[in-house]
Amino acid sequence: MTAQASLEQIRADVGRRKLFDKLFVVVGMLVMFSALLVLAVLFIDLVQKGAPRLNLDFLTQFPSRKPERAGILSAWVGTSLIMLTTAAITMPVGVAAAIYLEEYAPKNWVTAIIEINVTNLAGVPSIIYGLLALGLFVYQFNLGQTILTAGLTLSLLILPIVIVATREALRAVPRPIREAAYALGATRWEVTAHHVLPYSMGGILTGMIIGLSRAIGETAPLITIGALSFIAFLPQSPVTGEFPFLSFAWLKDAFTAMPIQMFNWVSRPDPRFQINAAAAGAILLGMTLLMNGVAIWLRYRYRKRINW
Amino acid sequence: MQTETGNTTGTTRSAAPTHAVDGRLSTPRPMVESGLVPADAEGALKSRAENLSFYYGSVQALKALNIDIREKRVTALIGPSGCGKTTFLRCFNRMHDLTPNTRYEGRIMLYPDDLDLVSRGVDPIEVRMRIGMVFQKPNPFPKSIFENVAYGLRVRGLRSRVRLEEEVEKALRRAAIWDEVKDRLASSGLSLSGGQQQRLCIARALATNPEILLFDEPTSALDPIATARIEELIAELRDQVTVIIVTHNMQQAARVSDYTAFMYLGELIEFDNTSKLFTNPSRKATEDYITGRYG
Repeated sequence: MTAQASLEQIRADVGRRKLFDKLFVVVGMLVMFSALLVLAVLFIDLVQKGAPRLNLDFLTQFPSRKPERAGILSAWVGTSLIMLTTAAITMPVGVAAAIYLEEYAPKNWVTAIIEINVTNLAGVPSIIYGLLALGLFVYQFNLGQTILTAGLTLSLLILPIVIVATREALRAVPRPIREAAYALGATRWEVTAHHVLPYSMGGILTGMIIGLSRAIGETAPLITIGALSFIAFLPQSPVTGEFPFLSFAWLKDAFTAMPIQMFNWVSRPDPRFQINAAAAGAILLGMTLLMNGVAIWLRYRYRKRINW
Repeated sequence: MQTETGNTTGTTRSAAPTHAVDGRLSTPRPMVESGLVPADAEGALKSRAENLSFYYGSVQALKALNIDIREKRVTALIGPSGCGKTTFLRCFNRMHDLTPNTRYEGRIMLYPDDLDLVSRGVDPIEVRMRIGMVFQKPNPFPKSIFENVAYGLRVRGLRSRVRLEEEVEKALRRAAIWDEVKDRLASSGLSLSGGQQQRLCIARALATNPEILLFDEPTSALDPIATARIEELIAELRDQVTVIIVTHNMQQAARVSDYTAFMYLGELIEFDNTSKLFTNPSRKATEDYITGRYG
């Protein structure tokens, strides 16, 4: 009798507590779907508005005064080259900084100040980076208003993000794995290069792409350093016909980028340019989603092999 | 204080290893003080801790330990949790150097080179090149079985594929896991079962031919069958390498070791032949521990 009663009590109690479980699931789903919904609506809206211009011509034509003939060739090529430059600068610098802070730096107040500053830098408005780059890269170093300057500027902008993400990834490598390598007589560099770095590559690449996804949409710092909004030519090709087949002359070329092209079109009075802006927006959003997709795929691939 | 009543129960007696020096048990011996060498110690002296103290910051974890490690013998360290046995073990390969604010005092001599393992002038990497370690939880690298075993050799600069293959096979055979993995050397070390992973880790440590092999509670994460296989393996390794094993399990110490040290609160309470320590301990604290009064 008493056992029966207490069993019911237990069930009632468990049921009451599990109600919160379900409640949380509902709230979580609501929040998640509303976020996704906003993005989806935005994307569909852009695609709908830009539909008349979403074709191959749009991608292969230079900007023009005539809205129906204007394209984003110089913009998407510019954006792609800037992203390439940014990635090439950020990856080694960001990963090296993270390795130093995580594996080598002594735990003292100097390191603590550096750490706090790195984290804070992630929150500095991007226009500030633009002004810094204008003063430093454009005027001081005389790098001009070039793709290289843009890459350096956006690198500065996303370095804190990449450093923080890389440190998290490095920290996720379990201590016993490091100890196993040390116990075999490995040096700190060998432990880092042979073990810690390869095992955390999934997380590092994810952080890298999250950083690049932020950089790809940045407009303010590029305008500050003097990106052009009307370019009817392409930078020099990175691949050449003669030895050594690779050229870096494009680094010193002027550029425009997708967000700047969009900004330019949006500010035009002619409503037909709005269609162009929407189409460019849809493509930029598509590029970002593609990059995030790559990040998810990379993470999945690396995590599949490593499951501690 | 010296007790003739120090005899313990028959259960631990029966667990004593067969290779024990049973005939000498009845011989009266002077009281064994902390760190005294067992009078009937066999084997050449491989290593000797002299007044070894160890500090985490200002906390003293080991208090002036003295112990002799005999070559090609198994020495077990037992004692309740927190007594410092793992801390002591990790002094032998300078693992503590990875933790900031730690300090060694005293010496751990390695023979026949007369090398002080914990001296500031000796590079911990040099020490770890000569002294291997197997950890509490199996910790294979998330690499192939082959690469796991080959890693120590690669660090030592061995590049020849043929030599690497030879050495990896030899190590895997010594660790009694060759037959189970020979057909899948390319698959991940993490694809093995827990017991196999631990034997893989033993093979990894053996591949570099260490002079001393340290085991830190190597079976605490394993089931009884896997544990039995590891214990067999340690018994086989006795002829090849000097072993120091930390164990929480007194039966295990009795089964696999020649000498046993009982530690308590950072001090070495008693050190003797395993059979002697388990059947006729000299100190009350040892007796209380092995008969299960605490720990």
